[in-house]
Amino acid sequence: MSGIVASMIDGVLIGAVYGLAAMGLSLIWGVMDVINLTHGAVIVLGMFGMYLLFAAFPVNAYLLLLPVIAVGLVLGLIIYWTSVHWVIDRPQLASLLSTFAVNMIIIGIGTAVWSTSPYNVNFTLRGITIGAYTFTGNHIAAAVGAVVIALALELFLNRTRQGKAIRAVADNREAAELMGISSTMVLALAFAIGIALATASGALVSTLFPFTILSGATYQMKSFVVTVLAGLGKPLGALVAGILLGLLEGAVTPFIAVSWIPLIEFGLFVVVLVAFPKGLFARSTA
Amino acid sequence: MKRLCLILFVLLPLLISTGFAQNITIGMTVSKTGSMNVDSLEQYRGFELWRDQVNAAGGIKAGGKSYKIQFVSYDDESNVKRVQQLYSRMINEGNADFLFSPYSSSLTATAAIVTEQYGKIMLTTGAAEGKTYTLGNHFLFQMFAPGAEYLKGVLDMLKAKDPKATVAFVYEDASFSNSVVDPAKAYAQQIGMNAVFSERYAPNTTDFSALIDKVIASKATVLMGGGHYADGSTLAKQLYEHKVPLKMITLLVAPDSDKWTELGEAAAGVIVPSQWEPQTAFKAQYGPSGADFAKAYTAKYNSPPSYESAGGYASGLVLQRAIEQAGGTDTAKVADALNKTDITTFYGRTKFSTAAADHGLQVGHTMVLAQWQKDKSGKLLKQVVWPLAGKSANLVYPIH
Repeated sequence: MSGIVASMIDGVLIGAVYGLAAMGLSLIWGVMDVINLTHGAVIVLGMFGMYLLFAAFPVNAYLLLLPVIAVGLVLGLIIYWTSVHWVIDRPQLASLLSTFAVNMIIIGIGTAVWSTSPYNVNFTLRGITIGAYTFTGNHIAAAVGAVVIALALELFLNRTRQGKAIRAVADNREAAELMGISSTMVLALAFAIGIALATASGALVSTLFPFTILSGATYQMKSFVVTVLAGLGKPLGALVAGILLGLLEGAVTPFIAVSWIPLIEFGLFVVVLVAFPKGLFARSTA
Repeated sequence: MKRLCLILFVLLPLLISTGFAQNITIGMTVSKTGSMNVDSLEQYRGFELWRDQVNAAGGIKAGGKSYKIQFVSYDDESNVKRVQQLYSRMINEGNADFLFSPYSSSLTATAAIVTEQYGKIMLTTGAAEGKTYTLGNHFLFQMFAPGAEYLKGVLDMLKAKDPKATVAFVYEDASFSNSVVDPAKAYAQQIGMNAVFSERYAPNTTDFSALIDKVIASKATVLMGGGHYADGSTLAKQLYEHKVPLKMITLLVAPDSDKWTELGEAAAGVIVPSQWEPQTAFKAQYGPSGADFAKAYTAKYNSPPSYESAGGYASGLVLQRAIEQAGGTDTAKVADALNKTDITTFYGRTKFSTAAADHGLQVGHTMVLAQWQKDKSGKLLKQVVWPLAGKSANLVYPIH
């Protein structure tokens, strides 16, 4: 196997996790018009959630995703009712500042509890070796986990009453209310699902790389790039955009220094903003 | 009488604070948070142990007086901007008489600008980059062997063991690792070693997959590089998980920490250039023996000392001796004593350059190479493998 193919496969595997991280941001942004700046901090809480659960129950780490998602849902509801609900109808700056404040509170408490030392989830799955290249079992499992969660969300949004209500509120909140949908409950649910997706992605990342309480900023930036590539409010598009971004990173890294990757990423970010302001999947994805 | 009492009441505290108190204040920042956290804390423990032992013995005795040591210290958050503010604050508001450096070359280079501006002596430890000492500083004294020395021994050892080895340099894009690897690349070329790949990565990198794919494609048999604890430990773990067929891995700084064993199998075989190891038996002319230092450190912190800890303690010793020789805390006299220092402590020889071109650069200290090896019971132990004269075990090569 050539180095380029190996690099592209690695890119796709990690891209799926980036995509899942961005899905939460995209859902909240699209449905509620809230730029959720707690996103990075919540991803980190997902990492620590996995770390603590794995320390307490050293089973297959990927089985612990379900309790992490459940905690994420509850956390999402708490954040929504304490800091988002009251500012949701005000100018966007209000929710931006409010979620930023929550972000700082989470990081502050996290620093006091866990310091900024690196943590690891010491769980390893057997990888697949092709020629000189080995694809770690954790990367494969994390990518599969991300795709499964993304498809489950898509099914939820398209096949369930609550999911359809979320889409209805995203399209036109007033019309949805006229149809008897309680927009407050729907917004709370959408926010909770967005936060749960972020914690799930954090839990998956924690099985791949070491992390600190400050690690969220990197994944938050990636999530913004992916969300803009996909277009707002298109969770499945975010997954596809994440995979495409990973593929692109994998395809170019054999030819340039790795330190140039952020330049390419953010260059692409600007190009898409200018050329495709509604994202790459504006027409194809509902 | 009332007036006399009032005068005494006002003047007594002043007299006590100026005439009788014999304290020396030493300032330093510690990275209690941020990426330098692990190594910085170990360095601070070295300072702290030295302070506590000296104070327990009655303080530093110089010029017929005894000086107790007190620290003024802040969290620099591993952040260059904080270092600049905090060193000014320690000098102006903390009334620091002397300073110890923060941990890492980049933070120290920033702190040195401030301490030189104020004409304060700073002993630097955990800061190997040599460039800082070529800027015409007068009060800066380096305890670590300079960066250019770190990988020389590894390359010499590799040349002797496997002259046909192909080398990949993968290292953090930071002042310390650049100051180590750039001269190493030149030295590799000079001694005829084949360097097939070289690339830097951003500080705080956690995903090395792309770089590892490049190393595999380059067909390198040996990897050298890393930077600090967080990135170095991650790189080692991912090299192991990707089953990269390397015969030797040498990483900077990170493998020296006792935390390295947490990596399990990925920790085995990795080599670290070290400023000091407990096995290096220097005959101390001044201060405790290596064994006594290690024993006291382990008793206090429940973990063995790293070379960062040893560097911290040795900085205290060297400053203590200079104050004793100067007969007090006068900056010019202490600086003069430091310029004349040529001493062997448990940490090894310490001598500072007095040449105008690189004043304060460490020219006496030498480095060793330590490798994590498994003993018969499978427990990971750090063994000195180079120089051969001081080795505690043979080099394990190849590791896979």
